[in-house]
Formats: sequence, C-alpha cells, structure tokens
Amino acid sequence: MTLNSIDFDQRVDKALADPILKQAVPFAQDKLRNGRNTAADQLGNIEEWRELAAEIRKHTIDNLDSYLEELVTNVRKSGGFVHFAEKDSDAVDIIKKIAKDKEAKTIIKSKSMVTEEIHLNKHLEAEGLKVVESDLGEYIIQLANETPSHLIAPAIHKTRQQVSALFSEVAGRKLSDETTELCAFARETLREEFLQADIGISGCNFAVAESGSVVLVSNEGNARLTTTLPKVHIAVMGLERIVPTWNELDIMISMLTRSATGQKISVYVTGINSARQSGDLDGPEEFHLVILDNGRSNILGTAYQEALNCIRCGACLNVCPVYRHVGGHAYGGVYSGPIGAVLMPLLEGYDDWKELPHASSLCGACTEVCPVKIPLHDLLIEHRKDEVDQGYAPLPEKMAFKGFGYINSHPALYDKTVKLSSTGLGVLAKDGYITKGPGMLGGWTDIRDLPQPKKQSFREWWAKERKE
Amino acid sequence: MKVDLFITCLADAFYPQVGMSVVNVLERLGVDVGFPKEQTCCGQPAYNSGYQKDAMKAAKQVILAFENSETVVTPSGSCAAMIHHYYPKLFKGDPIWRDKAQSLADKTYEFSDFLVNVLKVENVNAKLESIATYHHSCHMIRGLEIREEPSTLLSHVEGLTMKELPYCNDCCGFGGTFAAKMSDISERMVDEKINNIISTEAKILIGSDLGCLMNIGGRMRRTGQDIEIMHVAEVLEKGGKI
Ligand code: SF4
Repeated sequence: MTLNSIDFDQRVDKALADPILKQAVPFAQDKLRNGRNTAADQLGNIEEWRELAAEIRKHTIDNLDSYLEELVTNVRKSGGFVHFAEKDSDAVDIIKKIAKDKEAKTIIKSKSMVTEEIHLNKHLEAEGLKVVESDLGEYIIQLANETPSHLIAPAIHKTRQQVSALFSEVAGRKLSDETTELCAFARETLREEFLQADIGISGCNFAVAESGSVVLVSNEGNARLTTTLPKVHIAVMGLERIVPTWNELDIMISMLTRSATGQKISVYVTGINSARQSGDLDGPEEFHLVILDNGRSNILGTAYQEALNCIRCGACLNVCPVYRHVGGHAYGGVYSGPIGAVLMPLLEGYDDWKELPHASSLCGACTEVCPVKIPLHDLLIEHRKDEVDQGYAPLPEKMAFKGFGYINSHPALYDKTVKLSSTGLGVLAKDGYITKGPGMLGGWTDIRDLPQPKKQSFREWWAKERKE
Repeated sequence: MKVDLFITCLADAFYPQVGMSVVNVLERLGVDVGFPKEQTCCGQPAYNSGYQKDAMKAAKQVILAFENSETVVTPSGSCAAMIHHYYPKLFKGDPIWRDKAQSLADKTYEFSDFLVNVLKVENVNAKLESIATYHHSCHMIRGLEIREEPSTLLSHVEGLTMKELPYCNDCCGFGGTFAAKMSDISERMVDEKINNIISTEAKILIGSDLGCLMNIGGRMRRTGQDIEIMHVAEVLEKGGKI
C-alpha cells in the first residue's frame, strides 16, 4: 500500500514531528554508513571496485535481452518454470494462480522489495491466504501493518521498545525489550510457520544467467528455510537483477554486502538451481521464477538507464541527509531515499511523485557511495528538467526563471539588478537583515535571516576603485 | 600572472568584501587581477531547478565574458563545479558552445585550489587570533574533490586554532532553492550542522561557499548563536603582508 494517499507535505510534516523517528533513523544510519566506510577503507581501492562493478552492470543492462534469454533457458533446463510479468498485476495473478493450483493455504516469505513493489501480501490475503514474513524486519512491520522504510532494514524506524510491544501482543504476554529475548520469540513463532507453509516466496538478489541460478543474500537464515521447506518455491525478480556469470556475481556480492552493512560477506549467500533434483536431500518439489518488468524496460535507452544498475544495497539512503531527517515513509513509495526519488517517478509517473526529485539538496553524498556509480543527484536534476518540460512546474517559478535567464544574459540589466537589489530588499530589512521575505524568499526566511544586499556591490567597488 | 575574477552573484551583491579579499590576497601574491564587467550569475539556480534553457542563457553570457581570459578564479566551489561539470554537459548537443564551455572549465579554478595548486602557495602570512572550524561544502569535496587545500592554507594562519568539525562531510541543508522549497527539512539539516559547529567551541565558521555560509549564518542569527561566518579569502587577508 503506498502512503501517497496523503500528500508529500503532510508525510514530511508527520515524519518531522515524530520523536521516535528522530532518534531511531540517524542512529541506525550512522551505524550502517560507518560500517560501509570501514569496509571501503579496508578494501583500499574502493574506487577501482566501483568502476568495475559499474562496468559489469552497464554491460549487463546493455545486453539485457540476451542475458535474460540465457537465464530463462537455463532455469527451464533444470526443470524450473519461468513466468514473465509485464505489470505488477500480472505478477500478482501468476502467483495467485500457482497458489490456487497447489491449493495453498499458508505462504512464508523471505525479504523481497519487488514483492513490496507489487503489494503482493495484500493481494494474497484478499484471496484468503495466510502470508507470513520471515525476515525479522519484515515480520516487525507486517505486525505493525506498515511498509518498509529502508531497502535493507525495513524496520529501521522502529525502536526496540516498539518491537517489544508488537511482539508482546502476538505472544499474549509481556516480553522484555532485550534483543535476545525478542529474537528468540520471533524464531520460535516463525519456526512453526515454516513447517506449515505450502509455498515459500523469495526475492532474488541476483540471477546468474550462465547457470539459471537465483542467488539470495541474507543474514538470518530465513531465506534458506523459505526456499527449501515448503513444497513450492516462487522467486520474484525485477528483470534487471541479472549477472552474466558466477565471476561477476562474486564482485557484485562483494560490493553489495560491503555497501549495505559493511560486511565482507553476508552470513548466508544461497545459490538455488531450480527445485529438488534427483539425489538432493531436500528442497522444494517445484520452482517458479517470476520475472517482473513493471516499467523497467521503458527506462532502457533513456537518460535514466543507469538507475537500472541499482543493486538495492541501501548505501545511498544511509548517507542521505534528507532521509536522515524524514525517514523512508515520507517518500511515500516502496523505494525511498535517493534511489527511490529517482525510481518512483520512473515506475509510476510524475502525477503522484513529482515532489520526490526536489526532496534533495543535491549534496551528492549518494552518488559518492553508490557501488555501481549511479549519478543519483544528476538523475534528480534530469527529473526536475523533465518536470519543467512536461508542465509540472508552478507558473510563478517558470516566470521567475524566465526573468532569471533574461537578466543573466543582459549584462547591463544584471548590473542594474545588482545595484537595485540593496534598495529593493532594503525596505524589508532591519539592521541589515530580512526576517520575513515575500514569495520564494518566504521559504528562506521562514527559518533563517537573509542578509540585505550590500549598498555597494563588488562591481560598484571595482568600478570606483579601479576607475574602469 | 594575469587572472580574471569570477565574482559570483552572491559575493557580488551580498558579500562584496569577499571579492575584495580575493583581490587583495591575489595582488599581494603578485597576481595581476582583472574583472570582466560582462559577467553575470553562472546559472546554477536555474540548472538545478530544471530550467536548462534559462540556465544556458546565463552560461553563454559567462562563457563570453571570460572568453579572452587566461585564467579564471572564483571564490565559490559551487559555481566552479557548475562550470566544470555542467557547462560542458549543458551544451553537449552544440559542438561550438561545448568547446567554448570546456575551455572555460579548463581554465577556471576555485580560490584555494588556485593558491595551492597553481601558485603553489600554502602560507600567505596571514594572522588571526581566534578559534575556528571549517565547513567542507558538498560542491568542494564531491563536486571538485578539493578537500585539503583550504585546510592547508588555514593551518598556516598565525594565531588561528582550527577545530575539526564532526560530520564534516554532511550537507548543511542549503541546496539552492531546496533551502526555500523544503525549508522544514532544510531546517533540520542546518540545525544538526550548527549543533556540530557549536560542539567545536569555534568562534568563527570558515567556508568556501557563500551559499552554505548564508544558510548556516542566517540560521545562526535567527537562533541567536554568536558565531561569525567568514570566507577563506577573508581569513587569508587578515594581518597579512608579503
Ligand atoms: S542506487 Fe546505488 S547506493 Fe542506492 S541502493 Fe542502488 S546500488 Fe545502492
């Protein structure tokens, strides 16, 4: 469920007024970004790694059609079923149909942003299915009836105390807010769910084209249980999540875990080749791979193509000062932070998401850490340009910049404007400062003072001093 | 050596003393400083807001104004980054203007970059008795990758104690029109920055970008913080004689 039923400003107000968010997000953000920085330092030549990773992603996306074909052929070769979903609803229908065919009642899930993107749980629950999230963070927000607020740490906005309250409700008794007790409770509860589930649904961090394998990166072991215990395993992937071979996978995983949490490698890296093969001791009887487009192929060949390089590490969120103060929910979409601000308008259009590209000071911290070198802040500027070109900008602003362009291409007029600015703004000033400005200046003076332009500008001083 | 000053709109109208300091410091170092009068704003506000056509008008004017300059120096990391990265990009479809844009980019230097890397000067014999901290602006460290130069210059100022600013790589919340458009988010960002500045017990906040200084300084004034803001050039001008 998207939060954008309430508008952007309201979402931001709500976030800024939330004292818990103010505490939880910067704390977690610092931990994650310090981890990433330490890992980058330890690697020594992080820039060369980023270069390499970006090159691999570019090559893969440039040749996406042939790698997809290779992947599909190899999945089918090992007995898996492959489904293409053009839209979110197509993916939902495919999964619903599998569930119906299998007469499934319970579904266990491991963490997957792409299933969040298609709002899968909501649709499956509407069919009367029981869906349980097995990733700890996802489990927490499922209980809270919320959406993830971070790519890799969905419950980053929650404190231990809040988690304890949620778990206590399920337990029917008061649990402490000790992490060990909370984890033990989740483990116990979820174990039962694993054993009962008819279908396991996972995401897919990477799909290896050469072998038709789905690779999952996780720290909790729940992904393994999700993909091995139930009779049916469905993996859902965005069509861009491909690597050509295991050699490239090695590099991409190195970059993913280091950028995400600072880990050299995650606790589990699981490679899955379809369903149980003869001789295997365990594993599901059936494997389905759902490949989702949902607007991605429209990005190919545009100025935004690099956005498809994203490996969902979350590093850009962890350094973003806007994310730091408003958290993920204020963005309103399933993807938040800088990459969310780039992706949401691409996937769902400007009508609902036109504010997101402006929710950035363009500080470039995101671009600096992105392991696959997506020029995130430049893509935000690209969006702003497209919004202007497509008529989404407010008229007064348009007029103002028209005037700006005119004045700045007529030096004599510019000269006059600078001269007049002191007197013009001077009427509003007191002691050399303006505390309440009109129009666009009002946004500035809402929270800070604006110095009055000086009586003698630099150009006037120069003209007088240098007699030029 | 002959250098033309690109003053930038903020320094021209709001902080002319910064321009004077740049001129004085450069002249003391034996540089012949000129000021092409036809220069205007670099166009960044329009560019960043998505108004590329309007930005191009300003950019063309700035390119023309400095067409005959040998070297251009500017007291702003942000405007230098605009010229370096976005001018060539703005005109990528127009080979003639693209080349002109590139040639301006190639000869344009941010003030401290010019001092340290072109003039090879680290000590300008400045003197200022105080405690200060330095704000690394985003366009200096990420846009231009100029990090050490201002600190090197400041470390040689006699009497000046420099304190390290915690979270020094984080944005101050300026971001051009962002500061006005999303003032409530910007407020949180600048307040966090100011708390970090206060924690250093500095009396002066020094920077290389007047946009940031205007933002932080304006917020400090609003919230009653008694910390002065200064551009690197103003500090280097103090008490200096060569
Ligand atoms: S845009 Fe880059 S930094 Fe952000 S999540 Fe994607 S890969 Fe990671």
